Amino acid sequence: MKGIGIVSYGSNIPRYRIKAEEIASVWGKDGESISKGLGVNEKSVPSVDQDTATISVEAARAALRRCSVDPQEIGAIYVGSESHPYAVKPTGTIVGEAIGATPDLMVADYEFACKAGTAGIQSCTALVKGNLVKYGLAIGADTSQAAPGDALEFSASAGGGAFIIGRDNVIATINHTCSFTTDTPDFWRRAERKYPAHGGRFTGAPAYFKHITSCATNIMEMAGTKPEDYDYAIFHQPNGKFPIKVAKMLGFTYDQIKQGLLAPYIGNTYSGATMIGLASVLDVAKPGDRVFLTSYGSGAGSDGFDITVTDKIKDLARDNAPTVAQMVEDKEYIDYGTYAKFTDLLYWE
Amino acid sequence: MRDVAVIGVGLTKFGELWDKSFRQLTAEAGSKAIFDAGIEGKEIDAMYVGSMSSGRFVGQEHVGALVADASGFSHVHIPSTRVEGACASGGLAVREGYLSIASGMNDVVVVGGIEKMNDVGGNAATETLATAADQEWEAFFGATFPGLYAMIATRHMHDYGTTKEQLAQVAVKNHANGALNPYAQYQREIKLETVLNATAVAYPLGLFDCSPVTDGAASIVLCAADKAKEYTDKAVKIIASGQASDTLSLHGRRDICTLDSTVYAAKMAYKQANLTPRDIDLAEVHDCFTIAEICAIEDLGFVEKGQGGKAVENKITTLDGSLPVNTSGGLKSKGHPVGATGVAQIVEIALQLRGDAEKRQVNDAKIGLAHNVGGSGATCTVHIMEAV
Repeated sequence: MKGIGIVSYGSNIPRYRIKAEEIASVWGKDGESISKGLGVNEKSVPSVDQDTATISVEAARAALRRCSVDPQEIGAIYVGSESHPYAVKPTGTIVGEAIGATPDLMVADYEFACKAGTAGIQSCTALVKGNLVKYGLAIGADTSQAAPGDALEFSASAGGGAFIIGRDNVIATINHTCSFTTDTPDFWRRAERKYPAHGGRFTGAPAYFKHITSCATNIMEMAGTKPEDYDYAIFHQPNGKFPIKVAKMLGFTYDQIKQGLLAPYIGNTYSGATMIGLASVLDVAKPGDRVFLTSYGSGAGSDGFDITVTDKIKDLARDNAPTVAQMVEDKEYIDYGTYAKFTDLLYWE
Repeated sequence: MRDVAVIGVGLTKFGELWDKSFRQLTAEAGSKAIFDAGIEGKEIDAMYVGSMSSGRFVGQEHVGALVADASGFSHVHIPSTRVEGACASGGLAVREGYLSIASGMNDVVVVGGIEKMNDVGGNAATETLATAADQEWEAFFGATFPGLYAMIATRHMHDYGTTKEQLAQVAVKNHANGALNPYAQYQREIKLETVLNATAVAYPLGLFDCSPVTDGAASIVLCAADKAKEYTDKAVKIIASGQASDTLSLHGRRDICTLDSTVYAAKMAYKQANLTPRDIDLAEVHDCFTIAEICAIEDLGFVEKGQGGKAVENKITTLDGSLPVNTSGGLKSKGHPVGATGVAQIVEIALQLRGDAEKRQVNDAKIGLAHNVGGSGATCTVHIMEAV
């Protein structure tokens, strides 16, 4: 895929945070040991007026502010999420209209648990490679849900990332990509159910770890690379523990993953997780840096990417939008009552 | 009564076995034991299978016939019987197999134990295990096994000065042994501080005081001792089989720190073998919780009542101690697939007495004891085995 890759990027993280300790105190649990066990200290919470559409628009606008791409030259938008505001009616059209990319535009909403965003990157890359579009916009964003009292409540959070894919002014080349997919029901939400269900420990070894290690091994085989060839690695982060463990299993060091590891500070942003991780790496990357990324979506599959940062990153107006680190730091803590209001736990019909 | 020998043993790996079905596990352990014994299907007179709650764990009952079928013996129509006695199901299956040979009814019997527990979540597994408690007087009031054994532990601490550190040392020892067992669920050593600082489950028991939820199967081939030489030169004799029962509920006992079912089953076994606790070289005991191992070594007569904690602290029960206990890693480290546990204990003692226990081999092991408990002590089996 010579010359095709990321032209610009943006991300968005809601500024509200709730501490694991605060959630634990409501349920009579030991917050400190849960924080330690999950590797998540606090998580981002969307405000009442934030949803996957607004987060997607904010992330897309941040990407556009950093480059000189004319929105009218964007020929495709894919929004990956498991919390699209509408069951029927696309999020992608809202984004397309908001950034001025309509009407000559291919749009579809994707859903593949936490990896729908990276699936969008793959689709955009293919469309650019096939010369069907000049630029494609791939977004992964979520305001993920967790049933009150469920273990997921400590990690399910909100955020998103947007990537403009093209051939011109590429700041990071996508050298290789591949996926590893099986039918593994580790986590799901049936139609019209408010909260997801999961298979407990089944979400670990046969799901997250099997798919990420298999996909990562395949991508390194395609690229002819080894873990030590990479400056940065990003793995899906349903909590703060799994990505550290999977990195170790594959032979990556903590130093390689720490820039892209946000789960301890913002929780699991689902479709946004690896997208925000990649944005965080691009916030600091230098020309020549090699980046490894493997996402994971329950159900289940992983998308792997071998990426090289180019000289063009120096020309990107990275300062025109806030960095991931700035958004992580720009926070306001809320209590569980406010959290319940913001996340519609107190809904009525 | 005829003498009975173990002529073959087989185990699956214990752990979270997501990619193996109930049927596959039982066939794997069974075929390993049959291969180890060198017997053919048509030579098997009967099969006994221990499984506590396959119906709730995997939705499958009628596992006696299933095990015979999965092992490839449906065409020879072997009588196959499932035995249930909570976590002592495996020990009961061993005893049924033993009795059927000792009585003269059968010559060659395959005994299996199986449980696949991870297919349901943690809460459902705990609820299923709690069906072994008294539903009317314990479970309906919210008691689960960690809670019941925690009550035993606090009383033991109160009456005998047993400490949380002594409980923790049971887990540390068993993990040290499990680290040497390639079939164990957790093949790693742990530190005392790890046990002491673990998440609380039910005071004084923390996460590392509790045996895990495990998938696994175990199998042995039993044979009339006088015919064992026809098949193998590695036979080990079962010289005694004891069994006893007690109140289903913990509060019905005369002393909650003593499992009278253990006391009586052991008494029966020692009498049959004409041995005393001092004659035992090593033991596999039912350490579903760390306090359970302390009670077990007391109730089996290895140490005086109340001295179990001190015995662990003084390292009497380590691999190189004077009475190694749970050389396999025990339920804590090897894992506890409930129906398989009692059979897996016999496998470990047989391996030790055969000299096949590799890195965890106890020197000069001649007499071994296996102790399997159901519930909080309502059922217990004790088997004593001797090297030939």
